[in-house]
Amino acid sequence: MNHPKNLMYTSEHEWVEIDGKIATIGITDFAQSELGDIIFLEFPNIDESFSDGDIFGTIEAVKTVSDMYMPLTGKVIEVNEDLNDTPEQVNEDPYKNGWMVKIELEDGANQSKLLDAKSYIELIG
Amino acid sequence: MSESLKTTLYDCHDKLGAKLVPFAGFLMPLQYSGIIDEHKHVRSKVGLFDVSHMGEFIVSGKNAKQFLQNVTINDINALKPGKAQYSALCNESGGILDDLLIYDLSDHYMLVVNASNIEKNFKWLEKHLLSEVVLKDISENMGLLAIQGPLSRDILESFYPEISSLKYYETLMPDSDRTIVARTGYSGELGFEIYVSNDKIVDLWNKLLGASEHIRPVGLGCRDSLRLEMGYCLYGHELNESINPIESGLSWITKLDTQFIGSKFLADISIEKKLVPLVLKDRAIPRAEYKIFDDNDNKIGFITSGAMSPSLKFGIALAYIDLPYAKDLNSFNIKIRNNTFTMDKAKLPFYKHGTYLK
Repeated sequence: MNHPKNLMYTSEHEWVEIDGKIATIGITDFAQSELGDIIFLEFPNIDESFSDGDIFGTIEAVKTVSDMYMPLTGKVIEVNEDLNDTPEQVNEDPYKNGWMVKIELEDGANQSKLLDAKSYIELIG
Repeated sequence: MSESLKTTLYDCHDKLGAKLVPFAGFLMPLQYSGIIDEHKHVRSKVGLFDVSHMGEFIVSGKNAKQFLQNVTINDINALKPGKAQYSALCNESGGILDDLLIYDLSDHYMLVVNASNIEKNFKWLEKHLLSEVVLKDISENMGLLAIQGPLSRDILESFYPEISSLKYYETLMPDSDRTIVARTGYSGELGFEIYVSNDKIVDLWNKLLGASEHIRPVGLGCRDSLRLEMGYCLYGHELNESINPIESGLSWITKLDTQFIGSKFLADISIEKKLVPLVLKDRAIPRAEYKIFDDNDNKIGFITSGAMSPSLKFGIALAYIDLPYAKDLNSFNIKIRNNTFTMDKAKLPFYKHGTYLK
């Protein structure tokens, strides 16, 4: 199982890569492995705003439907449209081609709940 | 719920990297490489399932045939030695207690029932037992492997040469090891089921997996998607005690004139709902328990099984829909989260290229 050190994580099994005011969000290798084959993703609209903890989308795997929770407060600026045709990229490459949304962080967005790789690996045991 | 049982092959599955999940009281392999991958492998090559959780009863004695005529809904007189028959058990009001396979093994019958219903069925059969009938539950010692896929015969022939002449729903008689090989299955592909005692199953499992580069272990995840593409019913989804065989599309095995338990009730009723196959071609996935609506937003039914078909790449579902809507309408609405989608009536099987008769 791969959980890169340069990313931050949430207890909802998402990863976050923060670059200035922009955060890229996806689900972790652990999450994709638990879900199994991912076959459909439902994304938010561009410019839609979310507070941290809000449900912003849905992941459908063969056997399950799961909500995705926004890890940080901000506004959606881009979604990974490629996943509409190739949702399996989330299984195959969760940290690169399998990214899901990019948000523009609200000023002072609270990052204190994010976990580093070491804490996340401890969390999933 | 008590702790899940393990089949004899549990350690083999674990070593192969299976994801093991509780199912019908057993820890069973859901998948090895992935459900979609395994599904496609069974459709194109051959997959090996451990379905040892299934229950097996032996029925023998002078009145065995009459007993089975009373308790099962199909006509046991139509079943001949060396053949299998799909049937069901009903209660007095026609509710389905279980669906099952009956094998005629000449001097006895073998009933194969769903794991979740083993105890319930056995009690029911005991309650209705006739004199000079011996009923025995051999589930604990009997394992079951299903080898399914277009290449299954080529592989299995080197183990059991006699299978080459078996037609669909025919069975070999028990061999000297009491192993039974039958041409039955739940995938829609050419396939065989091997009833083998648990002390021999690990050896057979390993030999079969080593017999060809084309055979792979496959789990219950793809067993479900394969059967749904064929429109086969699954107990607990399409079938339960509040549903009768006429509603569930099992009229073809319901022989009312054989006077089975429940037949009187079924002869007099008018059914209120019907199982309807539906397809969803939009970008959405129909799933069990989603509700069905007419154009005026009245709830007229519900989905019992639904999936993104791995072979067809669109949504497929079985749904109970109230009459007369089930007959009169050709399209229905479902709601997924906040969106409404239209599903169209389809004809079974959804997947039309299954090799089960080849």
